[in-house]
Amino acid sequence: MTIETLESLETASAAVEVHDVHKWYGTHRVLNGIDLTVRPGEVTVIIGPSGSGKSTLLRVVNHLEKPEIGYVSVNGELIGLRRQGDRLKELSERAILTQRSRIGFVFQNFNLFPHLTVLDNVAAAPVATGKLGKAAAQELARELLERVGLADKATAYPRQLSGGQQQRVAIARALALRPGIILFDEPTSALDPELVGEVLAVIRDLARSGTTLVIVTHEIGFAREIADRVVFIDGGKIVEQGPPAEVLDKPQHERTRDFLSKVL
Amino acid sequence: MSESPGTAVSLDASKTTTDSLSTPLELPDVDTAPQRSEPLAAQRVLPLRRPGRWIATAVVLVVVAQIVHGLITNSFYQWDRFAYWFFRPTILDGLGITLEVTALSAVLGLLGGIVIALGRLSRSPVLRAVSWTYVWALRSIPLIVVLIFLYNFSALYKTLSVGVPFGPAFFSFDESRLATDMVVAVIGLSLNEAAYAAEVVRGGILSVDQGQHEAAAALGLPKGYQFRKIVLPQALRSITPNYVNQLIGLIKSTSLVFYVSLFDLFGAAQTMGSTYPGDIVPLLLVVTVWYLILTSIVSVVQFYVERYYARGATRSLPPTPLQKLRAGLSDLRTRIRREAAV
Repeated sequence: MTIETLESLETASAAVEVHDVHKWYGTHRVLNGIDLTVRPGEVTVIIGPSGSGKSTLLRVVNHLEKPEIGYVSVNGELIGLRRQGDRLKELSERAILTQRSRIGFVFQNFNLFPHLTVLDNVAAAPVATGKLGKAAAQELARELLERVGLADKATAYPRQLSGGQQQRVAIARALALRPGIILFDEPTSALDPELVGEVLAVIRDLARSGTTLVIVTHEIGFAREIADRVVFIDGGKIVEQGPPAEVLDKPQHERTRDFLSKVL
Repeated sequence: MSESPGTAVSLDASKTTTDSLSTPLELPDVDTAPQRSEPLAAQRVLPLRRPGRWIATAVVLVVVAQIVHGLITNSFYQWDRFAYWFFRPTILDGLGITLEVTALSAVLGLLGGIVIALGRLSRSPVLRAVSWTYVWALRSIPLIVVLIFLYNFSALYKTLSVGVPFGPAFFSFDESRLATDMVVAVIGLSLNEAAYAAEVVRGGILSVDQGQHEAAAALGLPKGYQFRKIVLPQALRSITPNYVNQLIGLIKSTSLVFYVSLFDLFGAAQTMGSTYPGDIVPLLLVVTVWYLILTSIVSVVQFYVERYYARGATRSLPPTPLQKLRAGLSDLRTRIRREAAV
């Protein structure tokens, strides 16, 4: 990696910049040189067949996975790395955790903390990371639960809620850190069909509020409605990207057409 | 029979069309539904009789009665001497020592166990190997050997010192003054306990879903907070029953400290037994009952600790015995009322 690319990175106005990222497990290559730029306030939807690397890409962005080659920056800041002269060095664990607290992440399986009440799930992170005092965090948590329509569930435990409600709590939990960007990893894939709508409604609301979103999903209809840009990934590479009207309705590549014909 | 199958299986007992048919097709003539002519849905199902279960219950009751009768009437047990010894100061002092050794070793053992479990789960191969070796060694050596070895430790190392490894010492202690019998006992039991506790804790940590670690990491929660507030409370749900098992073993293992000249509950009874040889059996009974009481207390505490850590793991918490009793009583009341109404 050259100094020039690093310097161009620092002046970039991108919310997320993924630069030539490669990731492999043993001999299995998951990501094969991904370059992706997400502008602030933009909603990017990543689609692709299962095993294509879309979830891994999302997990590389907040450094849950470490790329073997390449780097990611969020709002001009390198993730998991720091520059020293013309070298890149690994960041301390504490610094990486601080970076992650600025990036919201919503999991397919919600991953709420089962032993904490809904309110504590949402209020925990701002307190633990020292951003807010306990009372302020709880007040914020109540506001966020109100926003996702679950103000009456504050004292319930996650397992007492439906899947759709749990995912809405998970979104409120991610919002509690006031992240500049939120990543969604198949947020509706674990839900019964009739519960998908309530979660999509919350995400739609976020998209309208101008938050930068990157969403991995199989909901093509939702992608068409909400995305500023659709990215189609296959075999760890970006095959095609552009506005939904182009990628979803007039795909240029055979593989995109093939995939869309199967899921639509 | 093929011309009137509906009648053959119906319960309305109208015999208009069955007159011509043979008797085996009729319903057995029992005093249930037909006479009362209640609709089927309103009837109570008669429970199946289980004579085998009643016979087995009776046999077991007789055996239990015989055992209890034997315990009470056999003069060999000398219950009057049992009553005499039960609250003797020597015995109570021994009980105090047992409690003290157990409590200290349980806490130190668990703390040590957590550290060793973290070592076993560490990414450093050296830490993993050292903690594995510790568990392997301490689980292999009999506790009594560890205790007697520690008892003679001061002969091997005269002083203990704190300082630069292989270099000058800042403080040093005279070991024979530091290592009282109590200290030796607690250290020995804690070392042993930590090895077992480490495996219990490790199992508990492994039982926590990977998604929980990821969620905690994704939120950027500080490392210590992740362990203390997210992973450990969930791990404790499976650690508790296993560790209590361990703890009950520990309570009884404390009887070994008698061999490093500490007079615990068992030691006190043993000493009294050699002074009053005629009272050996009642003394053993005293010890037995005290250990039973200790174990019972631990079991009650276990119930409530498990209930505490089950918050959120189940949709509703299991009822406490008091709640169960209340529910049982109100259930009984409604049943009696219903029977009376019929």
